[in-house]
Amino acid sequence: MKNLAAAAILALLTLPVRADPDPGDWQAVLAEAEGETVYWNAWGGSTITNDFIAWVGQRVAEEHGVTLEHVKLSDTADAVSRVLAEKTAGQDSGGAIDLIWINGENFAAMKRNDLLFGPFAESLPNWTLVDVDGKTVTTDFTVPTDGYESPWSMAQVVFMHDTARLPEPLPDMAALLAWAKATPGRFTFPQPPDFLGATFLKQALYDLVDDPAPLQAPVDAADYDAVTAPLWAFMEELTPNLWRQGRAYPQSGPRQIQLMADGEIDLAISFSPGEASAAIANYELPDTVRTFVLEGGTIGNASFVAIPYNANAKAGAMVVANFLLSPEAQARAQDPDYLGVGTVLAMDKLDAAARARFDEIALGIATLSPAELGPALPEPHPSWMERLEADWTARFGVAE
Amino acid sequence: MTAFRRPRGAVPRLPALTLLVMLGPVAAGLFGTLAPALGVMPAIGRVEPTLAPFGDLASWPGFGAAMRLSLVTGLAATAASLAVVVMVAACWQGTRAFRAMERLLSPLLSVPHAAAAFGIAFLIAPSGWIARLVSPWATGWERPPDILIVQDPNGLALIAGLVAKEVPFLMLMTIAALGQVEARRSMAVARGLGYARHTAWLKTVFPRVYAQIRLPVYVVLAYSMSVVDVAVILGPNTPPTLSVQIVRWMGDPDLAMRLRAAAGAVVQLGLVAAALAAWRGAEALVAMWGRHWIRKGGRGGGEGLLRAAALAAGGVSAAAVILGLAGLAAWSVAGFWAFPDALPDGFTLRNWMRHGPGLGAPATETAIIAAAATAIALVLTIGCLEAEHRFGLRLSSRGLWLLYLPLLIPQVAFLPGLQILMLSFGVTSGTMAVILGHVVFVLPYVFLSLGDPFRAWDTRYATVAHALGAGPDRVLWTLRLPMLLAPVLTAAAVGIAVSVGQYLPTLLIGGGRVQTLTTEAVALAAGGDRRAIGIYGLAQTAAALLPFAVALAVPRLVWRNKAALAHG
Repeated sequence: MKNLAAAAILALLTLPVRADPDPGDWQAVLAEAEGETVYWNAWGGSTITNDFIAWVGQRVAEEHGVTLEHVKLSDTADAVSRVLAEKTAGQDSGGAIDLIWINGENFAAMKRNDLLFGPFAESLPNWTLVDVDGKTVTTDFTVPTDGYESPWSMAQVVFMHDTARLPEPLPDMAALLAWAKATPGRFTFPQPPDFLGATFLKQALYDLVDDPAPLQAPVDAADYDAVTAPLWAFMEELTPNLWRQGRAYPQSGPRQIQLMADGEIDLAISFSPGEASAAIANYELPDTVRTFVLEGGTIGNASFVAIPYNANAKAGAMVVANFLLSPEAQARAQDPDYLGVGTVLAMDKLDAAARARFDEIALGIATLSPAELGPALPEPHPSWMERLEADWTARFGVAE
Repeated sequence: MTAFRRPRGAVPRLPALTLLVMLGPVAAGLFGTLAPALGVMPAIGRVEPTLAPFGDLASWPGFGAAMRLSLVTGLAATAASLAVVVMVAACWQGTRAFRAMERLLSPLLSVPHAAAAFGIAFLIAPSGWIARLVSPWATGWERPPDILIVQDPNGLALIAGLVAKEVPFLMLMTIAALGQVEARRSMAVARGLGYARHTAWLKTVFPRVYAQIRLPVYVVLAYSMSVVDVAVILGPNTPPTLSVQIVRWMGDPDLAMRLRAAAGAVVQLGLVAAALAAWRGAEALVAMWGRHWIRKGGRGGGEGLLRAAALAAGGVSAAAVILGLAGLAAWSVAGFWAFPDALPDGFTLRNWMRHGPGLGAPATETAIIAAAATAIALVLTIGCLEAEHRFGLRLSSRGLWLLYLPLLIPQVAFLPGLQILMLSFGVTSGTMAVILGHVVFVLPYVFLSLGDPFRAWDTRYATVAHALGAGPDRVLWTLRLPMLLAPVLTAAAVGIAVSVGQYLPTLLIGGGRVQTLTTEAVALAAGGDRRAIGIYGLAQTAAALLPFAVALAVPRLVWRNKAALAHG
């Protein structure tokens, strides 16, 4: 029995392992990708995103013969767990995941643990169109991407407000606090460590500190207590005035939107400038909702796709990543009728026909123009997010 | 013919095979949990055994509250569910109302937990249907009041949601047990002696029924304490129950958190064991008091009030699930729907047109997995029971407990370990692997559902048949199984419903590639688009509901001229 098992393991180990495709030889990548099935693990909680991914699947099947399967996750960390489990079990090829929608701490964790294939991103043909200078696409929460992930959309924090009940935008966190005290119970945020809730904490911290410079370095390098003192003072005052007095929180961004549709809250944070317009179009928000950004600016970041080190269809995955960077896909993603996210492309690098695709897009009634959005503030180092989440949980997340 | 007869054929080997199918994955899974709980996780460079993860766990600020929540909600939900079922059965068994409820409650079992929880959340929330129906004309609420109902820190909403789902399960098990205990005759005698209906039932029928539904009750207790999906939807989050928090740690990008999660899983296992022991102790106390109560010979009174209360409790529990489903149905066709409107601005098929085409593939996958896992479980279960009957290869009571381990251990405690095992042996993720994974969970339920009716079958039929020249196989196929048609089909329906509802095993063993209605629904639930949740919740419910309809209808059709068999 023991010998049999050993023989089986030996047989597995000596199976011919296919060499990884070379991202520099794009024709070879295309040839290898033809007929491959790419399992794209992406958060499945947003129906408009799911529809967009289904469309990408149709297009790459038509163009390149790549079959795209969307594996809908309830949490991106599930995919990280999966790759980790495969590595633990010694499955270094033929893994279940070919492509992951990823950014921030999940990327940092996978890169740190050598769970990613690459570098590949800067070899993709469409990389030449990417706005490398104007948008934060080569660092992810300050961690250099080093070509281990390829960007596909830009996001920036906006606040959605129901103008029927909160007519005027709020200029800063002090104004938000004053409004919350005047009308308690009409604001909340997804419970950290949900990324949107954690983003609210970071956004508040940005707005309340005098000098945001320490946020760009790892948290250990800063005097954490001194830097975050204004944030916790603010949260102490805000929390009793939150929805349900801060005794319960929505568990995700879309649930927060449902609360707004139900009239339970009047103000909500979003990481997608076009989300409000898309939600109005899908009957998920009343048409009185508009968006605003704080006067001091709001945090922005990019969403990426990465390929696990043991992916089964690396060539196919690169073809999908490259298609996501095409003007066709980027213009559709920016269109609020479909997705309503920001493009990662530089308009001045596009030809006239491609630029025209973007000019035709109507942004939607609740979407701010790029000029109104203003420049995005860079994400703090991921260690800040982890520390803020843990600290918030200890202070507010387990109150009885 | 040799001088001594050894058991031949496949039947005598089935009990061992069954235990292997069950114990291999559980043992490996537990090992996969224990190792990281003791600080051993080579993938992140931890190889030295240490108790540090437990210290880390204890220093998490919400630890005490999360443990208490798991314990209190689990015990309260189980006690309340059992009380409702016993009250309804005691006051109404044998009446037309009971048969109506029987038809109503049993299919409710098949409603997946997540779908039921969403429906109930929408009913009772401050912006929910109940508040909408009475607003603003009765309450003056133009906006939902800022009251904490769903996700309250004491877990009351979670308890309510669990009770609504566990009452149908216990009711089904009770009805199956009632068929075995000749309740009607006991009742006739006790009533003849002047006992009130409910007193007669409690004193003469309940002790025998409870002996048969004891394991289902334990399963309800273990399940309620460690449930994840319902607790996420209805339970508190500041802090959540321990099992929910474990899942969160398992999903933390900081891989070192797996150690804390594994330690939490071990604690959760201990909590469940302690609660089961406490319940067992309480059983002994209740039995002692009960014997005293029976000896006193009181005939009981106040029947009218109790009967009304029992009917109300059963009715509310059923109505919560049914109205919740109606809410899901309404959302699935809703246009914009603002508070306090009782109905949407408009109805639209757009949501169905958007999501409907995507339902086909996961529905097929769900059906294949459920049918295959249930078939395997049924063959193994009947084989075990038949081996027990023919050769006396009875599972010892310890063996039985091992069989139920997958139900008594929180899923989250051993599934990741199971996943690693399957990977190491080259069993790649796919439909086959998921089917085998589901068997681990389906088999105990099928065994629980079928074991007692099967054993309670009167073996004098077999003696007579043997005397007439029939061999054991013929007795099984032409006598025993046909006579047990109703319980066999019920067990199959239970098995399918269990398979349809599995989320974590499908996700983890299938590597995310196997997409069933449930994985799709829970992924959507993370979002909160009520329209999409409504559609997938209804589809999921239908997938589990259909087999119950068959299980109820077929025996009535086949045995329409033999009333005693038709009711199993």
